[in-house]
Amino acid sequence: MDDFILEMKGISKEFPGVKALQNVTFQVRRGEIHALVGENGAGKSTLMKILSGLYPYGTYGGDVVFDGQVQKFTETRDSEKAGIAIIYQELALVKHMTIAENIYLGDEICGNAGWIDWNETYQRTAKVLREVGLKLSPAARVIDIGVGSQQLVEIAKALSKDARLLILDEPTAALTETETDNLLKILGSLQQKGVTCIYISHRLNEVMSIADRITVLRDGRTICTDEKVSMTVDRMIHNMVGRELTNMYPRKERPVGDTVLEVKNWTVRDPVTDDVVCDDMSFRARKGEILGIAGLMGAGRTELVMSLFGVWGKRQSGEVWLEGKKLANRSAIDAISAGISLVSEDRKRYGLVLGMDVKENSTLASLDRISKLGIINKNEEIKSAGQYVKELRTKTPSLEQPVRNLSGGNQQKVVIAKWLLTRPKVLFLDEPTRGIDVGAKVEIYNIMNGLVDQGVCVIMISSELPEVLGMSDRILVVHEGRITGDLPRAEATEEKVMHCATSGS
Amino acid sequence: MNEAVKGTPSVKEGGVKDLIVDSIKHNTKQYTMFIALIAIWVIFTFLTDSVFLTARNLSNLFVQTVTTAILAIGMVLIIVAGHIDLSVGSVLGFAGAVCAMFMIKLEWGVVPSVLATLLVGLAIGTWHGFWVAYRKVPAFIVSLASMLAFRGLIIGITGGQTQGLEMAPEAAANSFKLIGQGYLPTIAAAAEGHVHDTSLYCSVAVIALFVASGLRKRAARMKYGFTVLPLNLEILRLAFLSAIIGTFAMIMVMYLGIPWSVVLVLALAVLFSFIAGNTRFGRHLYAIGGNPEAAKLSGIDIPRRTLALWMIMGVMTAVAGIVYTARLNAATTSAGQNAELDAIAAAVIGGTSLLGGEGTIFGAVIGALVMASLDNGMSLMNLDITFQYVIKGLILLLAVWVDMAQRKK
Ligand SMILES: Nc1ncnc2c1ncn2[C@@H]1O[C@H](COP(=O)(O)OP(=O)(O)OP(=O)(O)O)[C@@H](O)[C@H]1O
Ligand SMILES: [Mg+2]
Repeated sequence: MDDFILEMKGISKEFPGVKALQNVTFQVRRGEIHALVGENGAGKSTLMKILSGLYPYGTYGGDVVFDGQVQKFTETRDSEKAGIAIIYQELALVKHMTIAENIYLGDEICGNAGWIDWNETYQRTAKVLREVGLKLSPAARVIDIGVGSQQLVEIAKALSKDARLLILDEPTAALTETETDNLLKILGSLQQKGVTCIYISHRLNEVMSIADRITVLRDGRTICTDEKVSMTVDRMIHNMVGRELTNMYPRKERPVGDTVLEVKNWTVRDPVTDDVVCDDMSFRARKGEILGIAGLMGAGRTELVMSLFGVWGKRQSGEVWLEGKKLANRSAIDAISAGISLVSEDRKRYGLVLGMDVKENSTLASLDRISKLGIINKNEEIKSAGQYVKELRTKTPSLEQPVRNLSGGNQQKVVIAKWLLTRPKVLFLDEPTRGIDVGAKVEIYNIMNGLVDQGVCVIMISSELPEVLGMSDRILVVHEGRITGDLPRAEATEEKVMHCATSGS
Repeated sequence: MNEAVKGTPSVKEGGVKDLIVDSIKHNTKQYTMFIALIAIWVIFTFLTDSVFLTARNLSNLFVQTVTTAILAIGMVLIIVAGHIDLSVGSVLGFAGAVCAMFMIKLEWGVVPSVLATLLVGLAIGTWHGFWVAYRKVPAFIVSLASMLAFRGLIIGITGGQTQGLEMAPEAAANSFKLIGQGYLPTIAAAAEGHVHDTSLYCSVAVIALFVASGLRKRAARMKYGFTVLPLNLEILRLAFLSAIIGTFAMIMVMYLGIPWSVVLVLALAVLFSFIAGNTRFGRHLYAIGGNPEAAKLSGIDIPRRTLALWMIMGVMTAVAGIVYTARLNAATTSAGQNAELDAIAAAVIGGTSLLGGEGTIFGAVIGALVMASLDNGMSLMNLDITFQYVIKGLILLLAVWVDMAQRKK
């Protein structure tokens, strides 16, 4: 007999118009790292929200058996008490509080008098921080530490509550490679200490390296649960998307055209700290090519495109030329009307109005195309939005679904649709496939190809080296605010790019 | 080679039952509000020995709703965009006083006085908009400052005394009064309690338009494969709503006819619903309130939109001020006191979220009707003013709590 710490039996969950989960069975052995994979909207997050009590007992069908007992969680506190901790993809830390304050938030350590015992708080915090291998002061403010460290603070917080089952929903989506490696190592050591872990990720290599067993969900159903040793990435993909994916990076050879965008001596300062973030950057992008921008996180790539788009930073010097015309680009309005679009890396913050529906979000940046005298032509709106829901295969019950209710990856597709609808000449994509499943990634690559065929100049920032190498015709490498490499595809190798990205040759 | 992966957007067909449940869930806010309104009416009918339910009283009630409703219509947009306007009470009083002074002191006619007053409202709105949009002062503060300043200015221009419009030239005064107190004229003379012909025809026309547009919308939605109610249910729904509109209309038709001010409110409600739902301006306001950063990156000119919004609010406040003054037939120093709270309450009761990004015009109009019903019913009962305030406060609290509780589900 297997010793299951968790059994979810016959779980079903419906939202209006969506059967998110249908008769899902999910069993986790005590002490294992169990990966949960599936396409965007397959139901992974929903399953975990049921487990954590966010969707209370009674709103779903089936049984959650934890530690051999049927659990009836009605709120997340109940599951925490039982020993389950979940770390959502959107980090839930209070940015302006210290690490210690965050870890014991809502669970403050109080002395007899009823006020907070700070000595004890700091000591205990230091102890859990050591457990997750973080060498930071408990008094450091969360806002001042990197995303990777924040992720570890979340884990430390879970450990401080004596969690025996740790759930991580796409923990590495925003992490660098080193941070990811570090996180995986720490999960390994937690496993040694007997913590069971459910691990959700779209990065299948990661899954293969860490998981003991893997469960694949598709369209709200369990497809299979297998030992890692009997699983391959290809089989996983096959099970996720329901067919073979032969070519991950469908790049096409094409003739390179004239220069479309030219950036000269671009220097920008951080408006708050006044540091130079982009230091004398110059580059060109040509018609009919995909220009990849590689580099480590924090190298200044996002700042570069945000400032070129006119929405970030104090401009020190530099010029932007588009098709031989010099641009002012003082605001997003200028940029968009000149033909530049930006799919930003932070979709919740910069991309979406969560309360609006799919069609309203899709057309938000291109309303002038579908309106006359300021009046929106709703038929046109439905047509344009509907076209991209089809082309991008966005999974939504209708165009009138608030984007808040879409799964993470499908939200990303809505953002991409929004910018494609502006019919840009230059399209900046900042981490376009973050949080997106393999199948949808390929779709996005195909769309990039299609755009380039239509003469759009695509500039893609990505922290995933295989993606940059696989899709770009030329690769710029950025290191500490400077362009340290400009490699044609033929010359680019993983080593070369990493070399430029770290040492700045 | 196309590497497209299987899977089409999954649009699921729900059964009829799902549809009804869905549409009720979708519109619970509207329904609760409506039920609340009916409940309040039933209660007052009992407490006032049915005086509340007479055609005369209800007709008066609608007229009393007008100023709050006009303010609430503007306030919805302000709140949707993430602001608040505390100045509308004072500005309403000021605009009314200015209008009265044009007619009394300068002896202007109705049209120039009204137009000039609207311009004054526009100027005040521009002033607010400038500070909010281009100087980034929070709307709360900008409008709080105006709330104080204009209350003072009212005293300044009226000399601290009530300015009765009978002091104005008689012809002008009489036609001005119509704005607040007049009814649609009739072709054949009709007394109180008899059918007023033109009002009847207008009501019938409105209902016909309503049904036609409802059916057209359904047809359009079907064309795009959106979920719609089955035809018989849709007809039932339209018939039900038409009956409600008809009842409201008949109350007025049987009394003295439809008041001009009610016509004005309905026209403004339709116009602003259209602006909110069908124009770029309206869409932008919702986006700005929903997520200003995403709105900015989508190329929305937030300061320009904000300025325009406040200019509109200024004009709407002036309209409310004119109607109010015409109804009272006088400009008083206390005109519009607490009107901002009624307007905000009406908007919020009508489902507008104070967090921004959410709210409907018709909801706010119903909300205004709720607020006015409370005032009207409680004064019919001769309830102590102390309780009137307490009860209104508690109802507001209750209404918002119900709304929040529903949202959670
Ligand atoms: N609150 C909600 N209301 C309506 N539908 C919802 C809601 N939450 C999720 N859904 C739907 O349920 C389905 C499953 O969503 P879920 O978030 O679990 O997907 P996921 O597997 O986590 O995807 P991703 O990898 O993109 O994060 C999706 O089709 C989504 O649109
Ligand atoms: Mg998810």
